[in-house]
Amino acid sequence: MKFLLRGGFALLTAITYCAQAETEKLTIYTYSSFVSDWGPGPAVKKAFERDCNCELDFVGLEDGAALLSRLQLEGRHSKADIILGLDTNLTTEAAATGLLAPHGLNIDELDLSIDWTDDVFLPYDYGHFAFVYDSEALAVVPGSLEALVQDTSGPQLIIQDPRTSTPGLGLLLWIRVVFGDDAPLAWSQLAPRILTVTAGWSTAYGLFLEGEAPLVLSYTTSPAYHRHVEGTDRYRAAAFSEGHYAQIEVAAKLADSPHQALADRFLVFMLSPAFQDLIPTTNWMFPAGRTSQPLPDAFTGLVQPTRTLLIEPEQVAAHRRAWVREWLEVLGR
Amino acid sequence: MARSPGPLTRKFYAIARISWPGVVSALFLLLLIGATFTVLLIGSGPIRLINDLGKDPYLRQVVGFTLWQASLSTLLSIGMAIPVARAFARQPSFPGRRLVLQLLGLPVVTPVIVAVLGIIAVYGQSGILRDGLQLLGLSWSGRFYGLTGILVAHVFFNFPLSVRMLLPAWDRIPSENWRLASQLGMNSRQLFRWLEWPALTSVLPGTAAVVFLLCFSSFAVVLVLGGGPSATTIEVAIYQALRFEFDPPRAAALALGQLGICTALVLGLHHWIRAQSISRGLASGARYRPDADQSIHRSFDLAVIGLTSTFVALPLAAIVYAGCTGPLSSVLLDSRLWAAAGRSVGIALAAAAVALSLAAGLLVTSRHLVFQLRRRTESDVLQIAGSITLAVPPMVTGTGLFLLLLPLGIAFDLAVLVIILVNATLVLPYMMRTVGPAFLDAGHRYDRLCRQLGMSGWYRLRLADWPIIRRPLGFAVALCATLSVGDMGVAALFDTSGAITLPVLLYHRLGAYRFDEAAVTALALIVLCAVVFLVVDRGIGRWHS
Repeated sequence: MKFLLRGGFALLTAITYCAQAETEKLTIYTYSSFVSDWGPGPAVKKAFERDCNCELDFVGLEDGAALLSRLQLEGRHSKADIILGLDTNLTTEAAATGLLAPHGLNIDELDLSIDWTDDVFLPYDYGHFAFVYDSEALAVVPGSLEALVQDTSGPQLIIQDPRTSTPGLGLLLWIRVVFGDDAPLAWSQLAPRILTVTAGWSTAYGLFLEGEAPLVLSYTTSPAYHRHVEGTDRYRAAAFSEGHYAQIEVAAKLADSPHQALADRFLVFMLSPAFQDLIPTTNWMFPAGRTSQPLPDAFTGLVQPTRTLLIEPEQVAAHRRAWVREWLEVLGR
Repeated sequence: MARSPGPLTRKFYAIARISWPGVVSALFLLLLIGATFTVLLIGSGPIRLINDLGKDPYLRQVVGFTLWQASLSTLLSIGMAIPVARAFARQPSFPGRRLVLQLLGLPVVTPVIVAVLGIIAVYGQSGILRDGLQLLGLSWSGRFYGLTGILVAHVFFNFPLSVRMLLPAWDRIPSENWRLASQLGMNSRQLFRWLEWPALTSVLPGTAAVVFLLCFSSFAVVLVLGGGPSATTIEVAIYQALRFEFDPPRAAALALGQLGICTALVLGLHHWIRAQSISRGLASGARYRPDADQSIHRSFDLAVIGLTSTFVALPLAAIVYAGCTGPLSSVLLDSRLWAAAGRSVGIALAAAAVALSLAAGLLVTSRHLVFQLRRRTESDVLQIAGSITLAVPPMVTGTGLFLLLLPLGIAFDLAVLVIILVNATLVLPYMMRTVGPAFLDAGHRYDRLCRQLGMSGWYRLRLADWPIIRRPLGFAVALCATLSVGDMGVAALFDTSGAITLPVLLYHRLGAYRFDEAAVTALALIVLCAVVFLVVDRGIGRWHS
């Protein structure tokens, strides 16, 4: 009996010790390019872990829109503490799941570079979608979305799936804004030239750089990467006269996360210069928060959209399923 | 009624006592399929199903494309297999014949996702083949993603299988016929028309039916090579409905559709499917035929065989090459790879064990029914029960279990259990077909003797059955474990970690466009499959009682 008691006590001590020794772990669901070796993930992890006495664990999904379906799929049992990588097109639906918690921060004190009022989501970067082309493979660059769509002998292109990818969804909405109810017709004109529809941005851009197609859906800021890292002007963004659809990427914490304080701490960190300084040269987007240094030279001379296009989140939430079905039907023919 | 129920009840107990293993196995399968069906029906709502299929043009396109690509794949595979099988039959001895036939057996056991990677590397948009053509001044600018890619991959898997399934047809042609044809001075074409074609017609429908079913429920090939909504099969649409759109009712409706079509196909084709056994196709068929030695035919045959072997060998060689020259150390030192590999092996062994238990129950009782109770019909019913998963694809069962478990949250440990269960049903037909004949054979040889000696149960299994079923059983368990290691379908559906099994990890590496890492992972998966196969096959096959 005494032996048992002593054994039990030893075991208990051991368990308590292990529990103390184990640092708190914050799990963040995001998209795969964020966690890739050349994305912000590794540097963000290093910077945050430096003084949080915790472990930061990124899980990379195909792309941003897949975050929403994963959230719905896992429900209250999700291992995620934070989701990072939705954009404003999906915030209304994501908030409606009831799985996300208000950030509780005073936005006025955050010094954001964009107008922001949402009390659940916080923006970490923004940019404009654009078709990026290989100047060595494409002689005639389309000057508008209409020209791209209607030139039936035009170049092949690679796009992303709006069900999994925020750029894919962005293009769906861009075409909706420009063509209105004629959007299905525009898609049917574009369809024969779509080489492949990938689940995420990473795959699409990888295929493009392999030379599989001369045109890919990406961002106006993508050429900055090639200029900054590779010192080449070969890859450029096509400026479209109708304007470019905007993307604001956001993060939020989960209401059921057991690490609320740590999650809050990460959200504050996300809008600090330590995180925001990394954005331009790793995620290749414009920082949404305060930075300690100006944008790198590679960002000058990028395509400046003549108009910024953006559909209200509530509008997107009301029509997204129907528009995606429509898209599926046209591309399925 | 003056009859007492006594003798009947006793008879019932007597039957129940000896037939419980089969009843338990059959009930288990029935429960699984019944539960799946009920969950899907409730999940989709029958009205919603009719509505969806009627109103949604996309769903109709998906069903149409699934049938269309399966028909084309079957036509191409069989069309290519006939001349190749004929070349093998006409050339019963040439150096390396055995080796080449064994090579043609590889695609069946190669994990689909690995082969797809190899196919992209060789035949893809920027593959070796296109580079080679460009060197020769030829260019081809067609789209590989979509129907083309799917057809190439399906032919890669099913054309070698068809060759091996068709080859035994030539052995059935009696040698007198060849002699007679020779005396009549028939030329090669006439030989085909009058001797070979009639023999082929007995195996052709069965081969075509099997290939069609395999292509109809193709998942990983279409997921990777489909390239968009215009090339989506029902199984991929189920996956997308759950993982892309989170629309459980739509997934349930699609799964019900898949279940309905597969069941109808199996019922319609069952006559031909049952007549087929998967042959190892190694019979040499060395018979005298008048056109075998003519040098023009011989060089033609050898050219055909050489070309087809290259078609099959190139993607596998490309993987091995890319794997060996890839970032070996960084991939192999990644603990995620080893964790995934460990889970894959664990799942495969557990799935093979579950399938073996189910098959053993069905086979023991089925043999009892034949030899002791003379009930052939009931015995046949149990045999068919073992192949029922052909009509209920694993993806459908997986979807049912997925929806059943959804309220609990798709937890990791639970996912592993579900994958074991579904993979067990996936490999059960292979187990039944490989072990079944040997088990019945042991019955034929020793049933009378065993009964005279009063030998039953464990003793009978150890002394009478084991020596006969040992080798086929070892082969069956090894095959089933290997197939399970390489399978990705349900694991991809349930995965929430990106690395639940090695094929899923490979799929994500491929998806993230990390070709060099993917190639090393693919090589690791091939080695893992080979090790599992050899260890299990040798381990059980050489285990004396």
